[in-house]
Amino acid sequence: MSHPLFKVIPKEEYFLPGTPACPGCPAALGLRLLLKALGPKTVIVIPACCSSIIQGAYPRSAIKVPLINIAFAASAATASGIAEALELKGIGDANVVVWAGDGGTADIGLQGLSGAAERGHNIIYVCYDNEAYMNTGIQRSGATPYMAWTTTTPTGKREIKKDIPLIVAMHRVPYVATAALAYPQDYVMKLRKAAAKKGFKYIHLLAPCPPGWRFDSSKTIEISRLAVETGTWVLYEIEDGKFRLTGPSKGLIDKSKRKPVAEYLRTQGRFSHLSDEDMAKIQKIVDENWEWIKRWLEG
Amino acid sequence: MRLVLTGNYAAAYAAKAAKVEVVSAYPITPQTQVVEKLSEFIERGEMNARYIRVESEHSAMAACIGAAMAGARVFTATSAHGLIYMSEMLWWAAGARLPIVMGVITRAMAPPWSIWSDHCDLLSLRDIGWIIYFCENAQEVFDTIIQAYKVAENEEVLLPAMVGWDAFQTSHTAEPVDVLSPDEVSKYLPPRRPLPYVIDFERPFTHGSLCYPDRYMEFRYLMDLSMSKAKKAIVEADEEYGDLFGRKYGGVLEKYLCEDAEIAVVTMGVLSGDARYAVDILRKEGYKVGLVRLRVVRPFPSSELKKELKSKKLVCVIDRNISIGRGGILGTEIKALLKNSSANVVNVVAGIGGRDVSYEDIVNIVKRSLDLVEKGEVPEYMWYGIDKEYVVKAVGEYYEPPAL
Ligand SMILES: Cc1ncc(C[n+]2csc(CCOP(=O)(O)OP(=O)(O)O)c2C)c(N)n1
Ligand code: SF4
Ligand SMILES: [Mg+2]
Repeated sequence: MSHPLFKVIPKEEYFLPGTPACPGCPAALGLRLLLKALGPKTVIVIPACCSSIIQGAYPRSAIKVPLINIAFAASAATASGIAEALELKGIGDANVVVWAGDGGTADIGLQGLSGAAERGHNIIYVCYDNEAYMNTGIQRSGATPYMAWTTTTPTGKREIKKDIPLIVAMHRVPYVATAALAYPQDYVMKLRKAAAKKGFKYIHLLAPCPPGWRFDSSKTIEISRLAVETGTWVLYEIEDGKFRLTGPSKGLIDKSKRKPVAEYLRTQGRFSHLSDEDMAKIQKIVDENWEWIKRWLEG
Repeated sequence: MRLVLTGNYAAAYAAKAAKVEVVSAYPITPQTQVVEKLSEFIERGEMNARYIRVESEHSAMAACIGAAMAGARVFTATSAHGLIYMSEMLWWAAGARLPIVMGVITRAMAPPWSIWSDHCDLLSLRDIGWIIYFCENAQEVFDTIIQAYKVAENEEVLLPAMVGWDAFQTSHTAEPVDVLSPDEVSKYLPPRRPLPYVIDFERPFTHGSLCYPDRYMEFRYLMDLSMSKAKKAIVEADEEYGDLFGRKYGGVLEKYLCEDAEIAVVTMGVLSGDARYAVDILRKEGYKVGLVRLRVVRPFPSSELKKELKSKKLVCVIDRNISIGRGGILGTEIKALLKNSSANVVNVVAGIGGRDVSYEDIVNIVKRSLDLVEKGEVPEYMWYGIDKEYVVKAVGEYYEPPAL
């Protein structure tokens, strides 16, 4: 009990061990932390994705809260129905949570996500972003970053990553945040903040995936940390319309504080084919993103 | 209370009378009046319900599934493109064994765009585990929606139910409807019992996870078993409704002048009114003819139809649908039922895309069918009402499915 993490993150487990997740799986860790943060009065809605598998197969389940599996595009609308019906039945204090991959969020599920966000149901939508369709064998998604190898972009993706948290923020929902597994307190605090607010809340968790990104399964957290330290992934929250950097990202506005993006890219086989020019271009994309952030912060 | 209502308004009144708690729907012609009326009821506080104004039919059914999973009684309605757009979720609702009731206002599919009725949209979804009712008029729409909840929520059944009616001819035609109040209906339909398959934080379960071949097949078998039990539940629900409110519809089949009939006309939906009138005319002309109206397509009334039709000289199935390359869907099913009987089945495809089928047409169809039977030239199926000149001009020939 003495470890400072336990002050924020309860010891109770709602995601039992022995699942078929790959070693080092970010989805398993992300969901485990989510359940610790939100506790037993939580219902999870999961569309088709790796998490359909890692929860365990019938008749067993690794998840100790009500869990509804649903079609790939349908998670946000299903959660809308659950949230409305629970409220009508006087159960307004339950957490109705979508746990979806980037494909189920940025691509096939985007319409449903946008609809639910606009309608403002009392839901927490969490996207764990492993930046491709991993369940079906590493195909590109709208959230796959520029030049990343996938099985459908064998020479690297030519388009840049779709920015879902900002798209959701443009629906003027009460809470949008990003998170990274290397900073579990930040992630858990954001989940708790989301749970305390009424309405549609969105959290986007970067989820480095060993087989999909081509790195050793011991390195998930390390790579998550590098994503933040290089500024490739930015930790922030937009609370009632107010943008704020959180965790280590607060100190990275000054470019000199950020590690070169190449340090992050070189850890992953999916970027092993990159030329120096590609690296430079990605560095530019990251720097430009920070210019935007600077402008927002200056108001 | 007697009100002059269209089929669509009757549906909205039925959902209100059934004390529906969550409505989730997306507008499409000719369904819109149903959801407009329900929005009015809910916003005026006449229904203690939530209306989820989703952004698509796929989401409409997903939200219905979520709400039903949380224990609510839910209703939706759609048509044609909306129905097909939500079809992935329709499988999900059935497999999840959720007693959702949905109005389906049948409408032809595009292209070309059409807003008028045929039954291809609804019948293309006949194999997915939904109970399928089909109504003839607004009163029956009202009564059937209430009966459908009784059947769908029956713990031996637990399957969702579609209640169909024809675009415009039923959906937009106003007629006097005897409307029951929620209080009256509560004598027949108690609140939905939440168990089983309902979210419960004290008793958490995982629903719909990966199922290996050693178990999946049993889930499908159990749906089939429940569907077979639905037949008894449908008949009992109709009887009990009749006892309480004075209207019933013969369970799965409605029969008209069938006892001594040598010829049976089989129809479904709004055409049945014209068919009944055609039967009267043919009777006057000396033909011993009766009408069998299908009120339920799933579970298929196999034994009831077989009993009724097996010793007829002619069974004339009028299908307002076409399984392209196979013929009418109901005709095909009925032919399979009667294959070892002496009955001659003539399957006629008519009324597609809202094409009018009058009582005179039905008189013609019966006489022509009889002629084909007498000549021994019964075709696999036949189209009725095609403009042959137009077809020949377009493609140089007119094709008639051959005699078998
Ligand atoms: C309608 C539909 N299309 C395609 C699929 C196949 N499919 C299942 S999961 C998946 C990819 C999921 O990707 P993502 O949402 O990123 O989750 P991940 O697998 O990466 O965890 C696909 C394409 C499906 N289940 N349903
Ligand atoms: S592919 Fe990636 S996200 Fe999917 S189970 Fe394996 S490690 Fe987890
Ligand atoms: Mg993914």
